[in-house]
Amino acid sequence: MGNVVLMQGNEACVEGALAAGMRLYAGYPITPSTEIAEISSLRLPQEGGKFIQMEDEIASIACAIGASVAGVKAMTATSGPGFSLKQENLGYAALAEIPLVVVDVQRMGPSTGMPTFPSQGDMMMARWGTHGDHPVIALCPSSVKETYDLSIRAFNLSEKFRTPVLLMMDELVGHLREGMELPNPEEIEIVDRPTVKYPDPKRLPYHMKAGQLVPQMAPFGKGQRYNITGLIHDESGFPTNSTEEARKMMERLMHKISDNYDYIKDLCVENMDDADIAIFCYGGTARAAKSAMDEAREKGLKVGIFRPRTIWPFPENELAGASRKLKKIVVAEHNFGQMLLEVQRVVKNNCQVSFVGKWNGGVITPSEILAKIEEA
Amino acid sequence: MSKQELRLAGSGGQGVILATVVLAEAALLSGKYTAQSQAYGPEARGGSCKAETLISDSPIGFTKVQNPTFLMVLTQRSFDHYGPETDENCLILMDSSLSVPEGTKADRIVSLPILETAKNVVGRIQTANIVAVGCINELLHITDDASMEKAVMMHIPKGTEKLNVKALEEGRKLVKSYLKEKKA
Repeated sequence: MGNVVLMQGNEACVEGALAAGMRLYAGYPITPSTEIAEISSLRLPQEGGKFIQMEDEIASIACAIGASVAGVKAMTATSGPGFSLKQENLGYAALAEIPLVVVDVQRMGPSTGMPTFPSQGDMMMARWGTHGDHPVIALCPSSVKETYDLSIRAFNLSEKFRTPVLLMMDELVGHLREGMELPNPEEIEIVDRPTVKYPDPKRLPYHMKAGQLVPQMAPFGKGQRYNITGLIHDESGFPTNSTEEARKMMERLMHKISDNYDYIKDLCVENMDDADIAIFCYGGTARAAKSAMDEAREKGLKVGIFRPRTIWPFPENELAGASRKLKKIVVAEHNFGQMLLEVQRVVKNNCQVSFVGKWNGGVITPSEILAKIEEA
Repeated sequence: MSKQELRLAGSGGQGVILATVVLAEAALLSGKYTAQSQAYGPEARGGSCKAETLISDSPIGFTKVQNPTFLMVLTQRSFDHYGPETDENCLILMDSSLSVPEGTKADRIVSLPILETAKNVVGRIQTANIVAVGCINELLHITDDASMEKAVMMHIPKGTEKLNVKALEEGRKLVKSYLKEKKA
């Protein structure tokens, strides 16, 4: 191993974000995400960036949106109750097409729940939390190293598609410390938003060439004055009540994500070639799943792992395809069954679907997953 | 030694989390895989606190302790809770101010005055966690003394280096004299 350091998941989130080019963090501390704010406050000034603690979670995301409009890569992080508060502005960023990374280190809810205990209870809020139809990209890391990598990827995707990207962590990974090999900065792929080179006051800010799905962005304060709004707007950036313009805009917003699915998807499969049972998992739960799979394989059971790192958009075709060759899928997640609903919707009757959940603040163990694997 | 599962428990503020971070750092310095985590309540001080470090020769899947190979307890409440969860093969290190709860099956229980040593020998009760780290490395041989000292230095506040080196040394001494007595 090269340059291996002991790092906490939340710390890796910040270091990944900095490597991706984050130069503003605005937040309001909340367990178990607080270290992201703490470490950002220490590290950003060292990198020439700015840290602002805002008065609450709503102001935090608003601040990050404002920074991004001015051309600065920005992030905010929170946990359950704060993620609820950020929902309205998430929709704003989606419609106004502002690149932004929002981190949710999930904890037990609802409400203030159990602040220091793990959960994955915000997965459906990530998809549907803000009102109205909107595309969502959400990523789930299961180790400290993956948190670093996916933090970078979250920025890259948000820049490429001018859309907010959610990094859906959980307490298990956020508060986990393990060894991590720091990559060589030159080897990290960095994507920057499509930017107008020579801002022109007469340019239509949301104008696109035929076939283009992401408009070029002109950073505020660099020569082009234009309107940004959460109202449905045309290419001038001003509100419109034209149903035709509204249809065009909504369809483009959805298509800029769905048409690029192959680029956005990120699926980790292990031992799926000969498997007749698969564990569907994501985030911190994947660690128990890995141990359960290893134990099952030692017993001669053909068990594999199907683990989306990009959880939204959901890997429908990949899962449907895999399910046709399986006898059973065991879904393991720290909630009452949220991604379970997606698995059931996609798998239909192709194979049996069973469920290991936990909603008491405890951690799903390998033996609990193994028991479901061995159940007839 | 393929996999060690270390659990440290006490009261919030005693520094058991930091102790497990230092142990994880030491494991990493000696080329092992490690995973460190903790569980505590919303209160900053005085609540129950449990922290864990896994050390392994191979990559670690599940990151929590399932069957502790080592347990250290600094409060009666944590001993009462975690003592009976251990099996015969677990090595327990307890502060000598505590008593062994019923149902504790571990064959090897080492009782040492960790808190008293920190308070009266090192001179600051806050160093109890590093005294404990010294004891633990002497019992489990996670890494050599120099690497352990390096691991401690990476995680303590500036200005407390001398104090913590002494704490580490006093911890080692406690175990050395315990083992000597046991032999004799």
